[in-house]
Amino acid sequence: MTWSETQPLLSQASWDTLYMVGWSTLFAVVGGLPLGLLLVLTDRGGLLQNLPANKVLGQVVNVARSMPFIILMVALMTFTRSITGTTIGREAAIVPLAIGAVPFFARLVETAVREVDGGLVEAVQSMGGNTWTVVRKVLVPESLPSLISSTTTTIVALIGYSAMAGTVGAGGLGDIAIRYGYQRFETQLMWITVAILAVVISVIQFAGDFAARSLHRRGGRSGPAPRLRLLRAEEPAAAAVDKVA
Amino acid sequence: MITTSGLTKIYRADRSRGREVTALDGVDLHVREGEVYGVIGQSGAGKSSLIRCINLLERPTSGTVTVAGQDLTALAGRGPRAGKELRRARSRIGMVFQHFNLLSTRTVQDNVELPLEILGTTGRDRSRKALELLDLVGLADKAGAYPAQLSGGQKQRVGIARALAGDPKVLLSDEATSALDPETTRSILQLLRDLNRQLGLTVLLITHEMDVVKSVCDSAALMERGRIVESGTVGELLATPGSELASALFPVGGDASGPDRTVVDVTFHGEAATQPVVSQLARTYNIDISILGAAVDTVGGLQVGRMRIELPGRYEDNVVPIGFLREKGLQIDLVDNPADPAVPAVPAGPAAQALLVKEGAK
Ligand SMILES: Nc1ncnc2c1ncn2[C@@H]1O[C@H](COP(=O)(O)OP(=O)(O)O)[C@@H](O)[C@H]1O
Ligand SMILES: [Mg+2]
Repeated sequence: MTWSETQPLLSQASWDTLYMVGWSTLFAVVGGLPLGLLLVLTDRGGLLQNLPANKVLGQVVNVARSMPFIILMVALMTFTRSITGTTIGREAAIVPLAIGAVPFFARLVETAVREVDGGLVEAVQSMGGNTWTVVRKVLVPESLPSLISSTTTTIVALIGYSAMAGTVGAGGLGDIAIRYGYQRFETQLMWITVAILAVVISVIQFAGDFAARSLHRRGGRSGPAPRLRLLRAEEPAAAAVDKVA
Repeated sequence: MITTSGLTKIYRADRSRGREVTALDGVDLHVREGEVYGVIGQSGAGKSSLIRCINLLERPTSGTVTVAGQDLTALAGRGPRAGKELRRARSRIGMVFQHFNLLSTRTVQDNVELPLEILGTTGRDRSRKALELLDLVGLADKAGAYPAQLSGGQKQRVGIARALAGDPKVLLSDEATSALDPETTRSILQLLRDLNRQLGLTVLLITHEMDVVKSVCDSAALMERGRIVESGTVGELLATPGSELASALFPVGGDASGPDRTVVDVTFHGEAATQPVVSQLARTYNIDISILGAAVDTVGGLQVGRMRIELPGRYEDNVVPIGFLREKGLQIDLVDNPADPAVPAVPAGPAAQALLVKEGAK
């Protein structure tokens, strides 16, 4: 195949991948964030403690998360058709991708939110804050660096899943790699798609890490202050910190 | 200002097996308006449970909590979640924490504004109030810094400024200085004292350090295994024979020089302090008195002297001289003499000591 033949193929495939991954990430975050928060809040000692609900949610998330994507895609076909009117194509692939990614992201959110110091929750309660205040002012902002990392992880996982969506005619880079590389032995084309995927994943990973780190540095524990405790009195130490900061 | 009656808290570690921890066991506490009240006790005594029950962060199992005339336990409702009324009441009680509990993603000023956001104060008023409070705690220049850039003492000042944002009448402090070095501890305690005087703030502070009580408290209570075993103003405590708190607040050392000696602690306050009692005692009864230890100190703003003296002979031989000291208006605490095998080893506790004194007095 010549470049003039492969170039439109590759750009269409890249666009399809980004389209599927973009939308399903959006749904994963919109659905997974509240679900992950609920997993924490309804647990023992949580602000909305409700153990039966917590058990049910946890079980649903576990089952959905351990389901192989390809099976999820097949199992959801009727549901997909009822939403998009078809079971083939990019739009149809977004449905199982999003549904697979919601529990995946929810577990990551749960882990991130559990890391938040309970003392902060208590502080807001002592000020008269309600559960919603705690979520908005403490749980989400304080776990934001981890939430961003979780989003990055989810995007990368979705890129992987989206390759399988090619089997329902959704297109995308994975589809190219399989159809041309595996079935037609167009090795060169396959390597190009692998390279594109590698670049895309690296860029997303880098951007995500950068965003998480810069947020973390702003407020987080990795600030320069604790290293400067050689000075005894409080005020000179503070002055030294000022210079660094 | 703060009254608890019969406050009991039982933690059920495991509902199915019914393992229970009684953290508070019928606590009656009374904190007067405008005073600094210290609750001291060892780790696990139930101090944190007590303070957390006062703003109902922890639901008491039974008993009532009244703050500023409002029965908070009645506001609590039955469910686990705090209703609107209770949340309003909480916003009028400031709370300071051992580990500061500042939001790491917010600047110092935004941390102080947080309670005001919850109260629904508008933007301009919020920042004005926050800057005012930061000025009050001596951190006006740190408004834009993040907590990670502050020292421990500065973080606690932010914590205090934040606690004051809702114009509370009452400040609760759970080991606010326990994570700080001695020098910083002093400056934070001084700040609490100043706020107490300037704003008429009632402060209930919890600590495991006697020095904290000694330097700032008007009143104190000793907690052991979920109960308050002693309480009162510092003056009252010092005047209570056998008070464990008093002897911890104001210790004198010195051991008996041998068996067959009577050791007593003599506490002077008020007028008694000016009389030459020891020489009078020696002259009147013609006995040799050794001074084992002595100190003069200021506790809770009161000048107090304490002396540990040794008289020859057993307690039975010294009933009359000790009676003489009592008549002079001095407070006498009998100290066990471990070198004296004739006296059975009495477990050292306030109750046991008091018993000994009473029996001796018969
Ligand atoms: N949330 C809890 N669940 C179960 N037991 C608790 C809980 N909080 C405290 N306790 C227990 O209650 C007792 C008193 O604890 P606490 O009030 O923290 O004491 P202190 O602050 O004096 O150290 C301890 O035995 C502790 O283990
Ligand atoms: Mg404690």
